[in-house]
Amino acid sequence: MIAHLVRSMLQGALVILTVGLIAFSMFRFVGDPVATLAGQEATDADRAELTERLGLNDPFPVQFARFLGHAAQGDFGISYRQARPVADLLAERLPATLELAVLSALFAFVFGVVFGVYAAINRRGVVANAIMVVSLIGVSLPTFLIGIGLIYLFAVTLGWLPSFGRGDVVRIGWWTTGLLTESGRKSLVLPVLTLGFFQLTLIMRLVRAEMLETLRAEYVRFARARGLPERRILFRHALRNTMIPVITIVGLQLGSVIAFAIVTESVFQWPGLGALFVNAVQFVDIPVMAAYLMFVAFVFAVVNFMTDLVYVTIDPRLKS
Amino acid sequence: MVSQSGNEAGGPAGTGWLARAWDSDVGYSFRTSPVAIGAAFVSGLIILATVFANVITPQNPFDAATLNLMDGFTPPGEAGAGSGMTFGLGADSQGRDVYSAILYGTRVSLLIGFASTVFSLVFGVTLGLVAGYVGGRIEALIMRIADIQLSFPAILVALLVFGVARGLMPPSLHEQMTFAVMTIAIGLSNWAQYARTVRASTMVEKRKEYVDAARVIGLRPFPVMIRHVLPNVAGPVLVIATINLALAILEEATLSFLGVGMPPTQPSLGTLIRIGQQFLFSGEWWILLFPSLALVILALAINLFGDWLRDALNPKLR
Repeated sequence: MIAHLVRSMLQGALVILTVGLIAFSMFRFVGDPVATLAGQEATDADRAELTERLGLNDPFPVQFARFLGHAAQGDFGISYRQARPVADLLAERLPATLELAVLSALFAFVFGVVFGVYAAINRRGVVANAIMVVSLIGVSLPTFLIGIGLIYLFAVTLGWLPSFGRGDVVRIGWWTTGLLTESGRKSLVLPVLTLGFFQLTLIMRLVRAEMLETLRAEYVRFARARGLPERRILFRHALRNTMIPVITIVGLQLGSVIAFAIVTESVFQWPGLGALFVNAVQFVDIPVMAAYLMFVAFVFAVVNFMTDLVYVTIDPRLKS
Repeated sequence: MVSQSGNEAGGPAGTGWLARAWDSDVGYSFRTSPVAIGAAFVSGLIILATVFANVITPQNPFDAATLNLMDGFTPPGEAGAGSGMTFGLGADSQGRDVYSAILYGTRVSLLIGFASTVFSLVFGVTLGLVAGYVGGRIEALIMRIADIQLSFPAILVALLVFGVARGLMPPSLHEQMTFAVMTIAIGLSNWAQYARTVRASTMVEKRKEYVDAARVIGLRPFPVMIRHVLPNVAGPVLVIATINLALAILEEATLSFLGVGMPPTQPSLGTLIRIGQQFLFSGEWWILLFPSLALVILALAINLFGDWLRDALNPKLR
């Protein structure tokens, strides 16, 4: 088991290193940071001085090593566009994105499992079929259209919920949260629904398919023959075995949560990392793009590792 | 599309290839599936409409000279205040006919979709063939890159490529190069799947006798790969490409919606939706609704067709 976890860790480190190389190459070869920072009135001497100060005259491996060293300490340089340390920009926006991502993952997981189990048990029911049709539509609709549709319904027509921003946030240390104020909670609803919807449909379909498979297994039939209560059979015996593939997919899908967060944040003008990244792409702000890429790789590696940990807990066979 | 898939099973195209395709297994599956016929019909209709867009639309939305600002915000089905022309699907803030804009926008969306799909197909299939046939370190390197790329969402990769390409080009070229940049950005974000599939089937094929025979008669690796292995691994690629086309169109729409794609002077469906979103609160719903519907119908039709194709070409399901 320990060998398994160590291998998983090494894989994560490899991904981070590779992405680091890409991020660094972007830094080094795209655009001219000197021209961007020095401005139009700079003399050649100013430029040369700046080039030396930024360390752009050193050989490639030295620069790459320095880049990795700085990145490990959370230093990603200075944004070309906002002239502020990238680390500060990321730290400012991290809470908004994490709050949104965690809440929508939770929403998708809870409702996905509940609906999925329900659709599996009442396979021929009207409600179950309706759920499946809605999920099919959900898979084909692009995220931004779902967001716009929700805004039109709940913000424009009904006027119940705000259509953009985080509302009032409470500052706790360096963290900001919208969960403690009413406007903050209201602002969370639509983005969480938008971001969670795709995940929800995916988890639901998966749980349903796996449940149908499991319910046909011998041990379920045997549990019934032993006269166990149906609730216990479903949740203690069948669902537990269903969860292994579900957790794998949820872990693997983290990448798409981040992707959809980019879109969701732009639709709702959510002050998170995704919106920051889109802005950076528009204005070719390489340090911000590189830092965001490293952040995604890091999150990816951590979640992969955690997925492996959860595996071991759920499936006792892996412990031996 | 029928002829293409039929052709694949039926060998070289002769005079009766259409009839042969119609009688083949795939042709039969097509004839008996209402969803496939409907999806193919809708996709075909949309493609035809965009090809003849300049014939069947009342104005050219890219030509500022034909627009009348007085027509701005004309609701659907009413005559514009400036030109007196009837706008079936309404007009936007510039007095641009929404129906014409949708057809021209769909044309841009489809072109980028097709071009980027071809790009990722050629790129991915080449790398997959080389990885599967050559093996060793080259294979390990290509497949590692594919693994890492696959763990990142396509839209993120496309945004990155777009940003990097922008950074490498002088700003004066940005507008005219957008089409090419979008094609490459979306194409580069989708190649890994082709590479994986083709590598897997190449590894199976290269152990077969006909490949040994080709090698024995003295062919070099490159002709063996192209002329002998490639035709035998091409089947699944067609299915991936169809489903990929729908994904590429949605990806392009998302990028343009985010404001990092086609500019308003040369709008795709995504750009039109971005423009329409500005009028969400002021009540001009038609500027947003109709382009969104067009996008959903287009993506859905291609997706359903791809789903059918996947099932029809999969012998396990027969």
